[in-house]
Order: sequence, then C-alpha cells, then structure tokens
Amino acid sequence: MRNTLLSKFLIVSALLMSFTGFAKDAKEAGEAPEKDKKTEIKEYIEHHLKDSHSFSLFSYTKDNGEHVYVDVPLPVILWDEGLKVFSSSRFHHGETLAEVDGSYYKLYHNKIYETNADGEIRYNEEHKVLNEKPLDLSITKNVVMIFITGLLILWIFSSLARSYAKNNNMPKGFGRFMEPIVLYIRDEIARPNIGEKRYRRYMPFLLTIFFFIWFLNIFGLTPLGVNVTGNIAITFALALMTFLITSFTGTKTYWKHLFDPLGDTMPWYAKVPLYIILIPIELLGTIVKPFSLLIRLYANMTAGHIVLMSLIGLMFIFKSWIGSPLSFALAFAISLIEVLVALLQAYIFTMLSALYFGFASEEHHEEHEGEIAHL
Amino acid sequence: MEKLLSDFSLGLFVWMTVLFLILLGLLRKFAWGPILNAVNDREEGIRSALAAAEDAKREMQNVTADSEKLLKEARAERESMLKEAREIKDKIVSDARDLAKVEGDKMIKQAQLTIESEKKAAVADIKNQVAELSVAIAEKVLKEKLSENKKQLELVDSLLGDIKMNA
Repeated sequence: MRNTLLSKFLIVSALLMSFTGFAKDAKEAGEAPEKDKKTEIKEYIEHHLKDSHSFSLFSYTKDNGEHVYVDVPLPVILWDEGLKVFSSSRFHHGETLAEVDGSYYKLYHNKIYETNADGEIRYNEEHKVLNEKPLDLSITKNVVMIFITGLLILWIFSSLARSYAKNNNMPKGFGRFMEPIVLYIRDEIARPNIGEKRYRRYMPFLLTIFFFIWFLNIFGLTPLGVNVTGNIAITFALALMTFLITSFTGTKTYWKHLFDPLGDTMPWYAKVPLYIILIPIELLGTIVKPFSLLIRLYANMTAGHIVLMSLIGLMFIFKSWIGSPLSFALAFAISLIEVLVALLQAYIFTMLSALYFGFASEEHHEEHEGEIAHL
Repeated sequence: MEKLLSDFSLGLFVWMTVLFLILLGLLRKFAWGPILNAVNDREEGIRSALAAAEDAKREMQNVTADSEKLLKEARAERESMLKEAREIKDKIVSDARDLAKVEGDKMIKQAQLTIESEKKAAVADIKNQVAELSVAIAEKVLKEKLSENKKQLELVDSLLGDIKMNA
C-alpha cells in the first residue's frame, strides 16, 4: 500500500516537473523595481483572487532582477467558430499572441480576447474592451482544483463506504473521521430542517455541497493560493442548484403559499389589491434566498483572502524588525480564524439550503411566526 | 455589481456545474448511498439489540417471578399435604382408638356376663351339693341318733321343747 502510494506520488511529481520545465519563463526586469510596492501588492492580490489559465506554483526574483514564474500551463479550450484547444503556455502570461487556425488570441487581465495580428486591444469611451470574446471553456486553475477536490472527496467517501461492507458496518481508515460529520449533517442539519419523512432525498446534495465547499475553502488557505469558493461563477452555480432543487421539489403547499400567501383569511376581492404587491415580494423572496447564499459565500471567502494577503503584504512594506513579526502574528491569527470561517461558511450554506428545502417540501401548511419568518 | 458581472466567467460556471453534477451522481451512487444505508443498518441493529436486551431482561424477570411463584406454590402444596396427612393420621388414630374401645367394652361386658352366669351356675351347683350333703348328713345323724330309743325320745323332747318355746 505504501509503495503504491509513493510511486503514485512520484509519477504525479514527475508529470508536474515536466510541465514546469518548459513553463519557466523570465520577465524582463526593466520596470519592475520602479513600480510602487503598494500597487504591486494590490495587483498581486487582485491577480490571486481571480481565476487563471495557468497553475502558478511560485515566483522568485533572480539576482539580476529577473522575475521568474514557475507554473503549470493548463489547456485553453475556446469555442470560436469551432473548438480550439491549445496550451496556455503560448500566451506567455499575456505577453505574446496565440495564433490558432488563423485567429489571434490575447490574454488580457485574465480574459481571452480575439485580436488582429498585432494584438491590438480597442477600448470605448468608458475604457471597456471592445474586442470579441470567444466562449472560454478552458480548464482553468479553478477547474483543476474542482477536479482534484472532487476526486479527493470521491476517494475519501467511497473508501469509507467500502470499509462498511468489509467491517460489519463499522467505519475504518480516514473516512472514520468523516463519519461523525456525515452524521452531524444528517441529524443536526437535514432532519430538524427538512423533517424526518423527507430528509433522505436531499441528503446526497447536502453532503456533497458541504464537503465540496469545506474542502475548497480549506484548499484556499494553502499556499497554492486557489480561490475557488471566492469566485462568483462557482458560488452562483452552487446557489443556482439550491434554487432549482427548492423549486422542483416544491410541494403544492409551497406553491400555494407563494401565490396565495393569505389563504382563506379574507375574501378574494380584498386579496386582489394586496396581491399586486405581495406576490412579487414572495417571488422575489425565492430568488433572494439563494442569492444571499451566493453573495455570502463569495464575500466571506474573498474578504478572508484579501485580509490575509494584505497582512502578508504588510511585511514587504514595513521591512522592519517590528513590523514583520507583527504582521506575521496577525496573519497567523487571521489564518486560524479563516480555518474556522472555512468550516462555518460550508455549514451555513448547507444549513440554509436545508432550511429552504424544508420550506419547499412542507406537506401541510404549518403556521409560521408572521410572514417575515418565511421570507 | 459591475465588477462581479465582469468577473463572472461562463466557462467556469459551465465546468463547475458539469463537474459538480458528475460528482454528485458518483458520490450518491458510490458514497452517500452505501454510507447512509450502512449507518442506518447499524443504528437499526443497535436499536434492535437494545430492544432485545430489554426483552431478555423482562423475560428474565418473568422467569424469576414465575419460579418464585412456583416455589411458593410448591411450598404451599407441601404445607397443605403435610397438614392433610396429619389430619388423616389423627383421624385414623382416633378412629382406631374408638373402635378398640367399643370392642373392648363389648368384650368386657360379655366376659362379665359370662362370669355372672358361671357364678350363678356355680352357686346353684354349690347349693345343690350343700343340700344333698346336708340331707345326707342329716340322714346319717338321724340314723345314728335314732338308733337308740332313748336318744329318739330325747330328740322328740327337744323338738317339742322348741315348738313350745316358739309357741
């Protein structure tokens, strides 16, 4: 078992090495030192928060002032009158154009634009890029991390599942640490919020979403510096799934409550003027609920990354023996808090999703404490 | 808001959705299903084992109570049997005693009767013999006395004297 693990590790490292080998490229050392340190750090943080077409591992400055970036180039997949696949190393971090089948593409602020042969970027009056943007289906850094996390989760929990069969329903191995969390989600999140009868059908989604968000949050705290859950497209996809599941599993009671919130409490002619306002509010509520999920996760993770990286960046600004240990201590403390936040945000997302599913799958109309509780 | 929209990458969204749905499907089939089933089975097992233990305990209590009851019953039965036996014994003894008494009395009475009649017979016999003896003696005495005239006369005289005295 150890040997196979070791050999797998070696194979993976060898693959990575072979990539990095040709991915090394040097930037001209000309303007770099003149740049303001603060703006440099700001740009660095902004760059880190965004998705990227290559998996950057680290960068360093040579003695002659040359910046060297070590990264793994990732495949770029474009849909632009046909599928176009090429390695992101051809962009050289946005410095060169990639010519594919007669079209020219330029990487500009982490986005791929189609340009003419000179790589010209045109702007309008509001400094917006006018160039054509092909549909970018590239395997970006975030996609790679989703893939790795997915495989990790799959490996951990399928091995846990198999250990039950072998061990007379007792867990064994690493999955053993995860079983209490699975049980916690079932007993403390799903059961009380959705109800004893209907919680089962939501369990796969709740468990997957919890571990997916949690693991990605934790990966975001590693020096690999991936910010998957702090990306609006990711949180949007997650919240959209919660919204769709809520809508499609909604019972008659749920829909009746949306379009007839007052029920039989007053005659229809009294309800009509009220419903002109009430129904749009109710419908808005169904969208606001998952929207709050997506913004909450995005904002929390992004804020955490910004604070942490700013504190680390302070070290390079202070450059003194008081400032650096201080910002190190602060960064360390914030890291610990971020570990907690990583778990907390995953919990909140799962918890609220379960709550919304609970509302949607309610069979009988149980009275709530006023209508605000329902919004 | 504008920054959020410009940061939104449709490609990443598509990848995320596709990968997440695949992950969800795979996990559902290979992980969550078996895990939740196993956990449920285990909990069911624990619950039924507890119930069985509870049942066994109750059964045990029942058995103890039953045996206690049986013991008590047996003891009571023994007690009653002993009592009955004692009563029977007493009755037999007293019956035997009564019977013996009656029989004895009867025998004694018979013996007394026999003795009485024997006594009477003996007395009668003795009377007869005494009478015969006295007659014989009287004959002999009379014969002797009357063998001499003088004596006969004396006798007549005494007899006459008696008669005179009696008169």
